[in-house]
Formats: sequence, C-alpha cells, structure tokens
Amino acid sequence: MARTFVGMPPFPVAARSALSDTRLRRNLAHATGTIREKRARVVAEVEDWEDLRRQAAAVKDATLARLDEHLLTLEAALTARGATVHWARDAADACAVVADVARAHGVDEVVKVKSMATQEIGLNEALAAQGIAAWETDLAELIVQLGDDLPSHILVPAIHRGRAEVREIFRTRMAAAGRPAPDDLTDDPAALAGAARLHLREKFLRARMAVSGANFAVAETGTLVVVESEGNGRMCLTLPEVLVSVVGIEKVVPTFGDLDLFLRLLPRSSTGERMNPYTSTWTGVTPGDGPQEVHVVLLDNGRTRALADEVARPVLRCIRCSACLNVCPVYERVGGHAYGSVYPGPIGAILNPMLTGVGSDPATDALPYASTLCGACGDVCPVAIDIPGLLVHERVRVVDAHRADPRPKPEALAMRAAAWVLGDSRRMALGERASGLAGRLRTRRAAPGGRGVLGWLPFPGSRWTGARDLPTPPVESFRAWWRRTGRDEGQGRR
Amino acid sequence: MRVAVMATCLGDAMFPEAPRATVRLLRRLGVEVDVPDAQTCCGQPMVNTGYLDEAVPLVRTTVSAFAGYDAVVVPSGSCAGSVRHQHRMVADRADDAALRRGVADLVPRTHELSEFLVDVLGVTDVGASFPHRVTYHPTCHSLRMLRVGDRPLRLLRAVHGIDLVELPRADECCGFGGTFAVKNADTSVAMGSDKARHVRETGAEVLVAGDASCLMHVGGLLSRQRAGVRTMHLAEVLAATADDPAGVG
Repeated sequence: MARTFVGMPPFPVAARSALSDTRLRRNLAHATGTIREKRARVVAEVEDWEDLRRQAAAVKDATLARLDEHLLTLEAALTARGATVHWARDAADACAVVADVARAHGVDEVVKVKSMATQEIGLNEALAAQGIAAWETDLAELIVQLGDDLPSHILVPAIHRGRAEVREIFRTRMAAAGRPAPDDLTDDPAALAGAARLHLREKFLRARMAVSGANFAVAETGTLVVVESEGNGRMCLTLPEVLVSVVGIEKVVPTFGDLDLFLRLLPRSSTGERMNPYTSTWTGVTPGDGPQEVHVVLLDNGRTRALADEVARPVLRCIRCSACLNVCPVYERVGGHAYGSVYPGPIGAILNPMLTGVGSDPATDALPYASTLCGACGDVCPVAIDIPGLLVHERVRVVDAHRADPRPKPEALAMRAAAWVLGDSRRMALGERASGLAGRLRTRRAAPGGRGVLGWLPFPGSRWTGARDLPTPPVESFRAWWRRTGRDEGQGRR
Repeated sequence: MRVAVMATCLGDAMFPEAPRATVRLLRRLGVEVDVPDAQTCCGQPMVNTGYLDEAVPLVRTTVSAFAGYDAVVVPSGSCAGSVRHQHRMVADRADDAALRRGVADLVPRTHELSEFLVDVLGVTDVGASFPHRVTYHPTCHSLRMLRVGDRPLRLLRAVHGIDLVELPRADECCGFGGTFAVKNADTSVAMGSDKARHVRETGAEVLVAGDASCLMHVGGLLSRQRAGVRTMHLAEVLAATADDPAGVG
C-alpha cells in the first residue's frame, strides 16, 4: 500500500471533492442505509438494550479508572501462559516489535487479521519498508489493499466501492499479489468472494507468521478475543507458527464474564447480527495446538493522553462497532476518506484529536468541526459515549490551543465581536436598528410574507448564499415590536 | 404564573415572526407574558464553535435577564437545549459559584415551546386553525437533546383544518449545524438538499419546525429552488386562528 492519509487536506476541502463523486454518494447511501436498518431491527429486539449500554459504559469506566492495575494483571496472566508481552509507547515502537519478530524467524510475509490498531500504526507500510509483505485476509481489506486504496469505514473498509469496481480491482490486481482472478470473473458477490477465497487460501497455507489485533483482552485470564465474520481470522490465528497481536491498552476487560455484555452489544451494533459468526479466543500458547510462539504488543500511541483528560476519557470505551458512522448524515454523504484517518466518522472526529493532540495540525483541528452535533451518533453508541458532547469539548480544546496565536483567526475575531455586541441588550438593539435599514433595501425577489430575498452576499456571506437564499433582515426587530406594541397589548388584555 | 419569552437572538434580529407568534399564542391561552429587555443570546453559537470564554458574558446576561420568572418559554429546541445542557459548562469555565447557582436555578424553569404547552399548560388543542398542507421537521436538538418526542406533532394534529403529512427520513439532520453551515458549507448544502427533496416529495405547501435556524437553512434552499414551499415556525402555525390567519396580529 503506497497510499497513506498523511498530507491529506483538511476535512472541508476533502469533503468537497468527495461530495462530487456521484458513485461514492450512491454506494454510501445504499450501504449505510442497509446497515442502519439491520441494526435498528435487531436492537429493537433487545428489551433491556439501554440497561446493557449503561452497564457496558460502567464496566469500561471502572476499568479505565484503574487501567494500570488491569494491564499488569493482563501482562502477568499472558506471561504465565507462555506469551511474550511488549509495551509500545507509539507506532514506531509497535512496528519495530513486529518487524523484529518477523526477522527473527526469517519470514518475508505475514498474513493479517483485520485490525484497526495495526492500521492506526501503519504496520503494513513499516513492514514493507523492511521487505516484509503483509497480506490482508479480510475481504474488504483485501479489496482496499489490492486497489492501492485507503479504508473508508471501520467495519466495512471498502464501503465506498461497488461490486463492479471490486471485479475490476480483482481482475487487474490479483495476479501481482498471488493467485490471479479467474478469467470469467463476474461482479456477482458470490463469484467475487470465491475468487478472494482461492486467492487467500494459498497465503493461509504458506504463511508462517500472522499479525492480528484484538477486540478484547481479558486481564484475569490473559485471553485475547477476535470477532470476525469470514473465518479468515480463525485461519490466521490457528495455522501459522508465530502470532503477534497488537492490542490498544484500552481493550482490557477485567474478567472473562465481562465479555458476555460486550459480545451481546457489539454484533448488533456493528453488523446488525444477533450473534457474531466467528469469535476466536486464545490464551497464550497451547502446546501442540495453534501458534507455538505468541507475542502481544500493548499499544499506547496517544491513549494515555486521552486517559489523562477526565472529560475525554470515555472515548476509550469505544469498541469500534462503527454504528456511529452508519447513522451519521455527514459520513453518509462524504464517506471515510475525508476524515484523513483510519478512524472516520463521529468517533474518528473525536478519537483522532484525542490521540494526537490539537493545536498543531490544521487537518486534526478541523475534525471536531466535521459534525452538525445532531446527536444521532450518541444515541446509537453501544457504550454510551456522549459523542456530541465530546465534539464540543474537542472544539473548545482546539480554540484554546490557538488563543495565544500572535495572529488570531478571522473566526476568533468574529466571535469576540459577536460576544461584545450580544453581551449587552443596548448594543444588540443598535445592531438590529442597523440591520433593519438593510431590511428596507429593495430586492429583485420577495419571500412569502413580503420580505426581500438575498441571493448573493460578498465573502464570507457567500459561504451561505452560494447555494441558499437568505431573507432580508426584518425592518422591525422583535425587541422593537415589543417596545412599540407588545407590552401595551399585553397590559390591555390582562 | 410569571412567564418570560426568550426570543433568541435569531428570532429577535432575523425571524421576529416566531417570538411574536409565541407571545400571541401564550396570551390567547391566558398566560401573562413578559419579554425581559435585557435578554440577548444564550451563547450557543460560541459554545458550539468552541469559544467558551466568549460565551461567559452571554450566559451571565441570560441568567440575570430571566431571574425571578416562574417559567421561561423558548421557541427554539436548540436554544432551550443550550440553556439546559451547556450553560453549566460555561459557568464551570468562568469558575463562578454565583453564576453556577444562577444556571442551576434557570435550567428547570426553561421550557421549549411544545414542552411548555403540553407539559406545563397541559394543552394539545390550542384552538389554532391552519387550513394548509403541512409537513413537520423535528429538529435534532428538540429530538435528541431535549427529547420532546411527539409533543409538536400532537399539537399540530389538533390544529383545525390542517393537512399534516409525514416527512420521509424526518429525524435526519437538515445539515444546518450552526457554524457548520459555513465552515463545511458544501456538506451542509448536500444534507440540506436531501432534506429539501424529502420536503418536496410530501407535496406540502408549508414546512414547519421548532427552530428558526434549521428553517433558515432548508428554507434558503427551497427558496433558491423556487420550490413553492414556505417555512413557518411551529409557533406561527399554533398562533394562527380563523379570525387571524397570519397569527401575528
């Protein structure tokens, strides 16, 4: 994969080009609409859904409050069961661990289970730089990898592709990566899956090392859990001799019993299924069965930064279900690439700034603003993260990070001016008298009710009038009307 | 009961029809209405754009302007939501115990219009008459911040002569989003175009909502399209009677 998110333009610019991609718009509207309906259907079946959400939030919060202890418990349990635990401060640390293990075994290729953590740290690119090929085995990740593309959704990374595009990618790109696609490949979904199955099979059988993430890590037992829908994960987790799992430190749950809650919430929120198809659990090394060398890389990469912020901390509850993406009206129209990260959508708009910090990169600073604060995301979140509230929190942090700038942004000056005018009713009334004069202007068109229509304003008003009309201001403000008639009328009626 | 109307800055300066209709409607229902002169803006535009310090004077103004009233009626879901869910954060930022107390006192007295009518006055039939084909957009902050539920629809269904038609994908955001509408103008317009399309599919003559801001956005698109659909605030429809069809006196 040559392409990365590095250097992508900020959200408003990236969104503009995405919005003009008609095929993308259609693919996204169809796909998110389908998952949205499935989720709503299966969530409605669970009577105590709201209780489950609250319980899950409470378990996660309690775990995060004592994360250091749970991580040490996890490390001890893993070590006792024959796994090697590595602690990675950042992406470079984590990638180096995986590359070292690969080199120690002299392998030049690894098979991968779909994993957000390894996407986040850019593992495939880091391994490629060392001459090690990392093969994605999840169907959608395979489509993205073969297409030299970027993921645009947490669960369905190729959601922006239609099946005709997938056929084209398989036809033209599969041969360079291994077994070619059949000559008579159609865009029938079963045929496409069949081609992927044949292509991947030789990689599963050949690979000596696998890399995975984990959906959950159970501290008391040292058990890692991966949930997936295709069985490719299970192949990777059982066939190779060596397994390295890169696990974000927030993935810890204290006890095996806690899984019950999350394995009920995750599939319904994520794929809209009642139960997850392939749930793999493994605990260190089992002699004579599965990988005989097991490594676990516990990844920080900014998570302790979010942990330290008590308001932002609940973002670490996230179980990467992507329900918030599927209900987000912004995501539905622009897709995932515009967010410039492997974590798109509402969760990405808060998670990325929290992991990397704000104030230095305009693209990161733009992310918390990539939302109308409509609240649909917060309502579906299975771990009850107040996403709209955290979006506002991150906006405050962005603004605060720029308060000391030698040259304030025009927006900051406008906000200060507005706060001054609106800080006192007399100043506001003066402003309304001025705008009332503008209301006397004759315009070409009249709005219903008789007010004029402004179809064009100079910048920055053009941001509004580019596509929307605006009525001329009323000649008489409400305040003025009340002074003139309202008060008297009120007394007259008493 | 001493009741104050919060005009909201947008209602005061740009869409006075909405607070005027609110005043007339409440009076018709026998409520003694006052409009405190000192009110300006709840500070929501600043808070939602991240400018907390700038919101502090506005929250102070709001808290003091509405002190002493038994109820504050707001013809806007998002401004009522701002008072109920955001003012506390601003008071915390100011680190001002008196302001925090003022906010805590204001919050339970603040009602969005449909909440006040249905929950406090206990009416759904407000005696309105509006013989037009209407569709209703439930704005996001009414729906998901205040959880007003079907209160506005219950009020509208009781309006005499109304032809109320359901809006497809009604609970989806219109794309306004405050400063989002200009910071992310393209995405905002893309969302608004879909909302406008759904509105047109209903064949309605009037689009009604409880927030002037969302109506300004969708109405701006409909006007640009010469769609033949006008926008009206919920208060205007509820204020309209057979004798006074315009509802603004």
